[in-house]
Amino acid sequence: MAHEILEVKNLKINFQTYAGTVQAIRDVSFNLKKGETLAIVGESGSGKSVTTRSIMGLLAPNAQVVSGEIKYKGQDLLKESEKQMDDHRGNDIAMIFQDPMTSLDPTMTIGKQVAEPLLVHGKISKEKALKRAQEVLELVGIPNAAARMKDYPHQFSGGQRQRIVIAIAIVNYPEILIADEPTTALDVTVQAQIIDLMRELQEKLETSIIFITHDLGVVAGIADRVAVMYAGKIIEYGTVDDIFYKPQHPYTWGLLSSMPTLDIGSGKLASIPGTPPDLLDPPKGDAFAPRNPYAMKIDTEAQPPFFKVSPTHYAATWLLHPDAPKVEPPAAIKKRSEEYDRLMKAGQIENLAGGSLN
Amino acid sequence: MTENKKIVQVQHLKQYFSPGKPNEVKAVDDISFDIYEGETFGLVGESGSGKSTTGRSIIRLYNPTSGKILFNGQDISKIKNHSKQMLEFRREMQMIFQDPYASLDPRMKVKDIIAEGLDVHRLVQNDQERDARVEELLQIVGLNPDHATRYPHEFSGGQRQRIGIARALAVDPKFIIADEPISALDVSIQAQVVNLMKDIQRKNNLTYLFIAHDLSMVKYISDRIAVMHQGRLMELGTAEEVYNHPLHPYTKSLLSAVPLPDPELERKRQRIPYDASIEQSGTQPRTLHEIVPGHFVYSTEDEIDHYREQALAVAEA
Repeated sequence: MAHEILEVKNLKINFQTYAGTVQAIRDVSFNLKKGETLAIVGESGSGKSVTTRSIMGLLAPNAQVVSGEIKYKGQDLLKESEKQMDDHRGNDIAMIFQDPMTSLDPTMTIGKQVAEPLLVHGKISKEKALKRAQEVLELVGIPNAAARMKDYPHQFSGGQRQRIVIAIAIVNYPEILIADEPTTALDVTVQAQIIDLMRELQEKLETSIIFITHDLGVVAGIADRVAVMYAGKIIEYGTVDDIFYKPQHPYTWGLLSSMPTLDIGSGKLASIPGTPPDLLDPPKGDAFAPRNPYAMKIDTEAQPPFFKVSPTHYAATWLLHPDAPKVEPPAAIKKRSEEYDRLMKAGQIENLAGGSLN
Repeated sequence: MTENKKIVQVQHLKQYFSPGKPNEVKAVDDISFDIYEGETFGLVGESGSGKSTTGRSIIRLYNPTSGKILFNGQDISKIKNHSKQMLEFRREMQMIFQDPYASLDPRMKVKDIIAEGLDVHRLVQNDQERDARVEELLQIVGLNPDHATRYPHEFSGGQRQRIGIARALAVDPKFIIADEPISALDVSIQAQVVNLMKDIQRKNNLTYLFIAHDLSMVKYISDRIAVMHQGRLMELGTAEEVYNHPLHPYTKSLLSAVPLPDPELERKRQRIPYDASIEQSGTQPRTLHEIVPGHFVYSTEDEIDHYREQALAVAEA
């Protein structure tokens, strides 16, 4: 396997608010390998954005890192000074934000905005920077880039603006690209183009991507590995095939079965009852237990550790404990798993994970 | 299907903004379709396709530039604002909005938000009746009746959308326009709200116009679907037909871009680009033509045979 470029270990982050202490990140660990795309999936408030903002050193002033390490090439980013972080941001680690309408400066030409990271990091002259900016705009598919360098963001469509945002992020060839819901504000056809673009750029530049989203369809299309977050914790992680065909955590089951697939009939859509817990006062046991139809007594008493499903696949649910009763996953999940086994047997699936699946 | 009663008939609706000026926008450009009583009619399209404008024209938030909108046989495209007819019409037709944060007045209590329609239409005689009706509505949408005295900020996105649904239901409408009612919600909550809307539809014999860009959810909830692009309808048919056997190249392109929660399908995905210039080719006028019974495609007279062959080939396969 390729080497790890980023390692997050036992990260805990609290927010001080008027209502009390919100435990937004509750012991999160994961790693990112060179050249891979890791998708972090979760609902709003699950902590996916806070996790990535902590990597960028962009946490709000009321945030407090209680414990943990974020190691980039062996250095702990949490221990770096603001100045050292400035050297990383937009240089080694860059970010693409959700809303292309608000993440560009409306009063600055796009040529200057794309050249800005080059100038800030003082690598080259202004002239060269602008030339480079133009090349990158061409790379991300802005037609007639040379002529459009002096245009302002409002003169571009939503999809083109997101291409410009991507151009800004990659202009310094970052090692890590963090994309926080980069396609949520876009139409499906434009979304498809942006995803194609990110894949293409990744191949060319060998960037590692952390892709945050709540859209499982997008994840299936772009991710190599997936981490599912719930209530400030990662509850399951594995290769994209592990998560979509052999999910183990009841929350992942719920997420996957509440998506209508195109072949679904008119039956009732499976839904996860209730709402996520209040992280001002997180539950003692498994945070998903109150919404979990498979919950057992132990789920309300103790947090489940990660159980190993395969060398690439781990899930934090007591259902995987050797003493737990065997349960039947929902029909939609069983169907996914069976269909996968069938295709595997027929040799119709290229095993991308290199034999690491069961 | 033709036996069914038409509750809404849209005939040659045009909705232009700044008509006659240099910045004229033809948001909706000559569209016609019928909605049958008791069905869910899905309207899909990208942003700027005119789908929301269509919904807003039908409920008369805009004055149509030209064309007719018949509701229960009565032309409502010309009735005056603040007139008695408008009041009666709005009682029959209600709307659920996209953004559950922006569509509820933050300074009003939930019970006053829900009961506003009851007050406007004088549907309750006294406070007890009003409270009782609010309580009933909260129960229907799955909220705790004790929450009637709270304010919108005390609720989550999904709960707020339930309040928006309760408000729409308060005046006992026949027809509800839902403009992207679930796009602002989390995946696990979307399914809850869609199931709720379906339940209520069955119990109250409601008709929905469901406007959305999430094609898989529209397919799931709709009986029939119309695909809109640049102010025109490209294709109209049953949900099954439009999804499984799309005929118009735009529909094919749109469907090929829908991300599916299945990595294997995603790896095999072939995207079909759409070339809008085909809409300009030829000299014949284009309009919706019925290719096979109930399935319409935006085309010229000459293209009908071509589409019919395609439809037959698919049916045989």
